[in-house]
Amino acid sequence: MDRTFERIPSGCAISGIMSVTGKRISGEKIIASISLMHDRSNGLGGGFAAYGIYPEFADHYAFHLMYQSERGRTLTEEFLNKHFIIERGEPIPTRPVATITDPPLLWRYFLKVPEERLYKNHEPMDERDYVVEKVMYINDNIPDSYVASSGKNMGAFKGVGYPEDIGRFFRLEEYEGYLWTAHGRFPTNTPGWWGGAHPFTLLDWSVVHNGEISSYGINKRYLEMFGYKCTLMTDTEVVAYAVDLLHRRHDLPLEIVAKVLAAPFWKDIEKMEEEDRKLYTALRQVYGSALLNGPFSIIVANSKVMMGLNDRIKLRPMVWGRRGDFYYMASEESAIYEIEPALDEVHVSKGGEPVIVRLKEGE
Amino acid sequence: MEINAKGMYYRDLNNLLREKVAEGVTEFTLQGINGQRYLGTGLKGKVKIEVYGTPGNDLGAFMDGPEIIVYGNGQDGIANTMNDGRVVVHGHAGDVLGYGMRGGELYIRDSVGYRVGIHMKEYKKQVPVIVVGGTAGAFFGEYMAGGILVVLGLNKKEGEPLTGDYLGTGMHGGVIYLRGEVEKDILGKEVAEFELTEEDYKRLNPLLENYANFFNVPLDEIKKVPFKKLVPVSHRPYGKLYTY
Repeated sequence: MDRTFERIPSGCAISGIMSVTGKRISGEKIIASISLMHDRSNGLGGGFAAYGIYPEFADHYAFHLMYQSERGRTLTEEFLNKHFIIERGEPIPTRPVATITDPPLLWRYFLKVPEERLYKNHEPMDERDYVVEKVMYINDNIPDSYVASSGKNMGAFKGVGYPEDIGRFFRLEEYEGYLWTAHGRFPTNTPGWWGGAHPFTLLDWSVVHNGEISSYGINKRYLEMFGYKCTLMTDTEVVAYAVDLLHRRHDLPLEIVAKVLAAPFWKDIEKMEEEDRKLYTALRQVYGSALLNGPFSIIVANSKVMMGLNDRIKLRPMVWGRRGDFYYMASEESAIYEIEPALDEVHVSKGGEPVIVRLKEGE
Repeated sequence: MEINAKGMYYRDLNNLLREKVAEGVTEFTLQGINGQRYLGTGLKGKVKIEVYGTPGNDLGAFMDGPEIIVYGNGQDGIANTMNDGRVVVHGHAGDVLGYGMRGGELYIRDSVGYRVGIHMKEYKKQVPVIVVGGTAGAFFGEYMAGGILVVLGLNKKEGEPLTGDYLGTGMHGGVIYLRGEVEKDILGKEVAEFELTEEDYKRLNPLLENYANFFNVPLDEIKKVPFKKLVPVSHRPYGKLYTY
């Protein structure tokens, strides 16, 4: 995991599939979808987020780790042993792929949090806050170690290469999930390296992104005030932490989170009815530093939801469609047809208007 | 000539098309198209290409004469910098259609996305045309310097706007014909709304007839709603901005 990858200044591709009834499908479809958009990537990054893949460990935090050295693994495992109960630790299965070179050591751990540890300064602590703290600690302090994902019954599989090659490398056809997202990278402002590939994750959040976040500096400083450490050298990282802060910790509905990230313009707020005007004014005042500026299309997911969102003036593409209880989102319509030729509906997304797809309760 | 292009890489397909055009083939039917980009790019002359499926981005870019008919939806960037010819899409299409277009015609049966007609231009007889059957996204006709844009809003839902915000922003040439009304506050400050003249109808009517023919829509139905036009109020809105 050499961190001196060359920067090639020069689009990206994203794709997502979700069964709202929780039907699990293999990783083949998402690979086929993202692979159709091969030419939107340049081989410097590809990755997948998969939900529902570890049913036998559904109540464990599944940590996917990338190690640049054995020392990193030793130190991280010491740390995990101290702060978690490790139910199982194993290398993530891979297969050799000619185009995937110099992979880091890839391990996964299924963890539980010992209840007696859920105290901070003698106060009870939220279990997920505890996990976030440990993830931040590893990324920031343990050399040669990066947490690729840390949610329950989900995982991120990512690296340097074209996404279809990364998918084969990680043998994703052997997994079954009800929600898959994917990314093909064309790094613009930051180097292509394993940790910098998408998706970016925290707990069960994952984000894939096409575009660039010009407000990265402001967002990063704001999130740091809440204990999030931005260590991955890529702008998209801030989106995962922002949705965690706004939705999980501040309890804002996802519809509102979208209106913080892609806030309406002041001229449009002025035209709203009084109640909405007050709400959106307050949101912009309180969460101004969480506004994402710059061109983006993103797919944000957690165990229960998939959300597609474009920047306010839609400087990046996105299309979404549905067939029965499967929903699809992608940078290009053909990437959806590639895996589902007969859609019941298909739409070109609008700027700043989230498309939110939820798992039906009880499924 | 029929080509089954299922799974074919766009470069191979475009090379094949160029090769066959050079050999004198003038009619193509492309089956199984899905996502192949740059179809018809740079092709010249009297060539007709029927496309079954959803072609990839930049369909007909730099095209100079051929006619492409798509039986399916279109994606982004259709008719990018097109010089002459015609693209007809039996479905909807994405963003940035007709970017820098300088001639030829683009007919989309349904709605289109953002930034359609951005920076279109015209020169003497070279007058590019885009006709949109449904609605259009924001920044329609942005920085437009010439040509004709038409939005029909057929099958528009109740309360749905004909176009998005920033309509004609930065426009300094050409004309936009709107079938129906738009809110005044979405207009770019460089444009104003006018009634159509005789001259306008002479330009517009043949385009509407084409649309009606291509997509089998009754012309009466299209003409039932009165049109307005948008034209720039200044030819050189930036003349002073960049010189002082």
